Amino acid sequence: MIEKILKKVEKLDDEIKKLEKTQTRETKDLVKSVYQSDEALESIEEEYESWDEHGKEIDKLKQMRNYFLKDCAELTPDEKVYLARHIERPHIDDFIEGLFTDFFEQKGDHLFDEDKSIYGGIARFHGIPVTVLGHRKGHTLEKNMEYNFGMPCPEGYRKALRLMNQAEKFGRPIITFIDTPGAYPGMEAEEHGQGEAIAVNLAKMSQFHVPVISVVTGEGNSGGALAIGVANRILMLENAVYSILSPEGFASILWKDSDRHKEACKLMKLTAADLLEAGVADEIVREPVGGAQRDYATVMSNLDKVLYKHLKELRAMSPTEIKNDRQLKYRKIG
Amino acid sequence: MVPLLNVAAFPIKVKKDLGENLLKKDKEPVFITCKSCGRRALKKDWQNNYYVCPVCGKYRSIGAYYRLSLVLDPGSFGELNADLKANDPNDFPEYKDKLLKQKQKTGLEEAAVTAVGKIGGHKVVVIVLDSRFFMGSMSSIVGEKVTRAVEYATQKHYPLIIFSASGGARMQEGIYSLMQMAKTAAAIEEFSAAGGLYISYLTHPTTGGVTASFASLGDITLAEPGALIGFAGPRVIEQTIHKKLPIGFQRSEYLESHGFVDMIVERSEMRSTLLKLIELHNK
Ligand SMILES: [Zn+2]
Repeated sequence: MIEKILKKVEKLDDEIKKLEKTQTRETKDLVKSVYQSDEALESIEEEYESWDEHGKEIDKLKQMRNYFLKDCAELTPDEKVYLARHIERPHIDDFIEGLFTDFFEQKGDHLFDEDKSIYGGIARFHGIPVTVLGHRKGHTLEKNMEYNFGMPCPEGYRKALRLMNQAEKFGRPIITFIDTPGAYPGMEAEEHGQGEAIAVNLAKMSQFHVPVISVVTGEGNSGGALAIGVANRILMLENAVYSILSPEGFASILWKDSDRHKEACKLMKLTAADLLEAGVADEIVREPVGGAQRDYATVMSNLDKVLYKHLKELRAMSPTEIKNDRQLKYRKIG
Repeated sequence: MVPLLNVAAFPIKVKKDLGENLLKKDKEPVFITCKSCGRRALKKDWQNNYYVCPVCGKYRSIGAYYRLSLVLDPGSFGELNADLKANDPNDFPEYKDKLLKQKQKTGLEEAAVTAVGKIGGHKVVVIVLDSRFFMGSMSSIVGEKVTRAVEYATQKHYPLIIFSASGGARMQEGIYSLMQMAKTAAAIEEFSAAGGLYISYLTHPTTGGVTASFASLGDITLAEPGALIGFAGPRVIEQTIHKKLPIGFQRSEYLESHGFVDMIVERSEMRSTLLKLIELHNK
């Protein structure tokens, strides 16, 4: 359902944009500022309505858009899965650009290969040097092929560990972004020790004395997600999902029928609210109605606040407290 | 050493074994047929050969208690946390019934049996995953039993032996199943930091979340011949790469040649190999 609604909304978006383009330069600037923040837009829009030639038309279209978007306020789990996988959803590149400064990319596991499905390096968050890394997806098919759709091989997990070990050495907090269909199930991945690579990450992450915060931004599936997600705090975007396996895989294992994935979504308890209740997620970060892909600026601003709050809390703790806090979080589950 | 977390908060209950009881728990039929060559023989004959087919050499999966009877000194067995019973954290449809059936079929409460005992007089903690119970899948109670047993070994400074066998995650328990990977891996890392010896013993099949957590973290990694060992299952890999996998892929011998297994050990050498390794680590 949400797919249809968003298609309608996108059409309206396009029309509104087209009309806005024909406006005078000032109106265009105005609309741009409005596009980033609906509240600001409203107040200014009223003021300038008199000379805004398409104002009324745009208003009408926006009303229509809001009408459609109202149906997106409460989404079913499978609709959330759809949004979590939306190709225009903000990905790690966008988060690094939107939340961090002075990013320096670090490539490769320095053992065997460079796995582009994991992206990361050193950056500043509110001026604090941190190590930031995560699964990498693209906004186009080409980019997604290049990044293997965010499915790491062992080399990706070993690269992540290399970066995190340096963070531990230099006392930098670690911020990871989780967005993966899972670890890559390929022949070479097995031959190079996919299981070993994930296991070692879990073991080593449990020992870090620096704060670790993980943000599930899209889909977090299986050990492939957890391998960079053993954290003191787990934040989830409102429409992100986190589960043992993809709904398709789940349906295929349980019912030998991957077409029953929507049914699986209902049972899997994979939404941010479910994870909060299970004590896995610590806080949910609000998204704009209709999904994060509709308004990056709002997502960044919401996430920035929550992330900074948790980082501040963790930085007030001693290194041993930070380590014990993380171990206790997982020790309590199950 | 950093003080241990929570060991005191989860008291260990040890159930004493009367000795002969372990063998009685070997719930196999009187006549057993080899799945590979079709040889049919008395259970007693199979037992005498450690459930390895004398004709074709095929390894038959064995139950947790039976394996413990092969490994531990007679009469030294004590079960840890035997009262921890499987639960249903997600209230998943039909799961309770399925658990009940697994219990009736195997006589087990969960897919993991954790024990303290002796090998050649040396105190050890032994964890056995039983592939007959829900394919040895990782439930929250499996994770909890493993973690408590590892914490117990850390506290007592006993060597740790884990016989892994797992089809992967316990789907019905969802995210709780996944999180057991982090919990158990953390417990192993604490055990390791305290200087403990961990022998990871991989049996057929060891896959999924168990491979990607405690099974891959041993100081010494042993494997039974011909065991399937991997992260992704062969079917998923074939569907992904659209190719048939070569014969022997993800088998013990393949893993040994790719650098992930120290030694493949015949079942008849299991106890003597473990004893040798424990004594080599005695200070
Ligand atoms: Zn045979």
